[in-house]
Amino acid sequence: MPHAVTFDHVSRLFGQMRAVDNVSLTINEGEFFSMLGPSGSGKTTCLRLIAGFELPSSGRILIAGQDASALAPFERDVNTVFQDYALFPTMDVLNNVAYGLMVKGVGKKERLARAEEALSMVALADYGSRKPGELSGGQRQRVALARALVGRPRVLLLDEPLGALDLKLREQMQSELKNLQRKLGITFVFVTHDQSEALSMSDRVAVFAKGRIEQIATPQDLYDKPASRFVADFVGTSNVVDAPLAQSLTGQRRIFAIRPERIQLGCAGIVTAHAVRAKGVVRDIAFLGAVNRIEVELAGKAVLTALTPSFGGALPLIGSEVELAWRIDAMHWITEAA
Amino acid sequence: MSSMAISRNGTTAKNGLGRRISALLYRKPVLTLLLLLTPPLLWFGVVYLGSLLALVLQSGYTFDDFTMQVTPVWTLANYQALFDSTNLDIILRTLFMALAVSLMSALLAFPLAYYMARHARGAEKAFFYVAVMLPMWASYIVKVYAWTVLLAKGGISWWLIEKLGITPAYEWMLALPHVGGTTLATSNFGRFWVFVYIWLPFMILPIQAALERVPENLIAASSDLGARPWQTFGYVILPMAIPGVVAGSIFTFSLTLGDFIIPQLIGPSGLYIGNMVYTMQGSIGNMPMAAAFTVVPIVLISIYLAISKRLGAFDAL
Amino acid sequence: MHSERTPWALRLAAYGGLAFLHFPLLVIFAYAFNTEESAFSFPLQGFTLHWFSDAWARPDIFAAIVLSLKVATAATVLALALGTLAAMALSRRPFFGKNAITLLLVLPIALPGIITGISLLTAFKVADINPGLLTIIVGHATFCVVVVYNNVVARLRRMPMSHIEASMDLGADSWQTFRHIVMPGLATSLLAGGMLAFALSFDEIIVTTFTAGAEVTLPIWLLNQLGRPRDVPITNVVAMTVMLITTLPILGAWYLTRDTTDTAGGGK
Repeated sequence: MPHAVTFDHVSRLFGQMRAVDNVSLTINEGEFFSMLGPSGSGKTTCLRLIAGFELPSSGRILIAGQDASALAPFERDVNTVFQDYALFPTMDVLNNVAYGLMVKGVGKKERLARAEEALSMVALADYGSRKPGELSGGQRQRVALARALVGRPRVLLLDEPLGALDLKLREQMQSELKNLQRKLGITFVFVTHDQSEALSMSDRVAVFAKGRIEQIATPQDLYDKPASRFVADFVGTSNVVDAPLAQSLTGQRRIFAIRPERIQLGCAGIVTAHAVRAKGVVRDIAFLGAVNRIEVELAGKAVLTALTPSFGGALPLIGSEVELAWRIDAMHWITEAA
Repeated sequence: MSSMAISRNGTTAKNGLGRRISALLYRKPVLTLLLLLTPPLLWFGVVYLGSLLALVLQSGYTFDDFTMQVTPVWTLANYQALFDSTNLDIILRTLFMALAVSLMSALLAFPLAYYMARHARGAEKAFFYVAVMLPMWASYIVKVYAWTVLLAKGGISWWLIEKLGITPAYEWMLALPHVGGTTLATSNFGRFWVFVYIWLPFMILPIQAALERVPENLIAASSDLGARPWQTFGYVILPMAIPGVVAGSIFTFSLTLGDFIIPQLIGPSGLYIGNMVYTMQGSIGNMPMAAAFTVVPIVLISIYLAISKRLGAFDAL
Repeated sequence: MHSERTPWALRLAAYGGLAFLHFPLLVIFAYAFNTEESAFSFPLQGFTLHWFSDAWARPDIFAAIVLSLKVATAATVLALALGTLAAMALSRRPFFGKNAITLLLVLPIALPGIITGISLLTAFKVADINPGLLTIIVGHATFCVVVVYNNVVARLRRMPMSHIEASMDLGADSWQTFRHIVMPGLATSLLAGGMLAFALSFDEIIVTTFTAGAEVTLPIWLLNQLGRPRDVPITNVVAMTVMLITTLPILGAWYLTRDTTDTAGGGK
């Protein structure tokens, strides 16, 4: 089976600015694929390249194995859920959902029936006659979803669709989206700047920075084995230790990353031969609910962050000296590109 | 979400001609732009710019006073003739009137615009907007006609002056040189006043728009820093209103320069640039001279724009 | 929001200004019903509707009205087509020469009408076209384009790009997108722009005096009356009619766009 989407050395220039810089990637059929990165990293432009709103300056884009580099959006079997939902204000909800079928020439009776069906799929069966302006943000989001799915596209593109929702609703929509994707088996390409969203929903994640891909990996690999300092920093919070300090701690002059939750206070319970230890002064302690975040300053001003369970165990005082320890196999060595 | 699945889309997109053209245009945005722009550009390039060019060419042609014929022989005589004392008189008279009208319009428009922008709210604001817009769009010729009615012998202006008991002041004003005349309708003051009336709305709306742009917190900040209201007005509000005044004055200035109907109907004898253009092309048939006269307002307006720009009138825009 | 108190002198000046703007127009209304035949004496002599039927019976007035309506309709249609095309081309991405084109559209209305008028006349003479209905329409369409353009371009700029993208994304080609998404959004601004263009054309006199040849539009008929003051009462009636015919579309255009920031009629 061909890949759902393939980028073959794709670049997109806006004037002198390389919004997308020589990107190659493949998205598998039926995959939940996320594009993660800060604003201006090129992730949204990549999505727009798949949709056809932008055409590549160089390189090829394949959709389902067919060259789609120069196809107009209406020639692609791809639909988009927009960040601002882009519901047509002049039409009611049902006609919004039926729009794609209408312009493809599906008869009125059939298209309205299918639009109804799609609306009930997103639990908005009774909202067909409303105008988009009369709906809440979450409802609009579902209408946009139904509208994009009613034509059963090969790939569904989602451009930060949860960004405008409040936290509670967002978490609910995350699991609903995931369920829907599993049920329909449609390839989802999901753009977000929220790393926890990307990690929790995706089969694979591409991390973008400055128009390039830093790493493509499963959420677990991304978290445990960041390919670069940027990924380590951006995906979850991580302690990235520079080469000189690394040498004094481990004897190896290489950059490494260590996740805060892998660092413990004191050496209780670990075999010192398989551990790294560091002494420092507690600078700050914050209570985060399930865990406490402790910031410890080592010699040479480097600060390490540790997360420790908040149940049991006395906390050190701010300003007191503590010893930190972590297992050697918890560390991840990073090979910096020159 | 319910467990219902959506039925597979069985339709294949039609591949008609319209769709193929549409796809082609999508891939070629420059072609699309060209197609959209061609009709308006053809119209404006051929009809409008072509006409302007024809006019400028015409102003360099020779007119024979005896045969009353235009020959396409290049000459600067028409432009030289502009500096004859009679023609120069006409130009200066028009220029002076245009400046005076712009100044007066600005003075009259400011309080109205200020009230609209900073005091009127809701329905009152809408009322003001419509009430200024309607006279602006109302027929030019009807407005001029209305003033001939107002100023006519035995008409409303006469009745008002008598009722208000200001006849002596009125007669004193009419006796002033350059300003007065035998009646209001034949005085320069009357002509000036009609000009101001006709172009006033063109001054109000730009000033109002400029004042609308003064941010509320700027005024709050100014008074917070201890400025008295008149200081806030002088240092904060007025400088931001200047671009509006200049924008409005471009209308009043340019419209007065080109008018030939008001000078013909109201005020003393004494021609304006517009009258010269009209008579030259009409009864005399000296198209080259008419064209040369038309270049005068274009030049004056360009100078006016250049000066306003130099003075930084557009900086705050 | 406004902590400033309104000084009574400012309010007086503002309302005084409005009264000044409207007084002469009201005078025309009053005189249209005046019984006096040949002068403008005040106070008015009496009330009559007689002059309306007189004016209606005059073939020259009727012909002038018909001509003006024809011209305004044709000029509006042309302006709608050209203005909409220009707005669609200029509303989005910048390109080389864009500002020059915008300036070109505004020029016929920013420069005094006399310049447009005599330029067109010169060109018509060069091209050996006799002034008449066609030349009037050409002149009017030229300065009406910008009115439509301003209205449409403002609306297009407020229309979210994502709506157009969404439509194409769902499979609609450019024509379908224009018909189903862009057109409904533009409808009121087209209507408003068209009404303003109509009013502008119906009223216009300066350009018309140069391009009309022997044809007499309603404003030209009025101008001719001023030169020779016979038929005073009928002139009053016609003046009032002209004003009413232009006021209605202007009010309509304002009403259609009143809730938006790009209220129509802000610039003539």
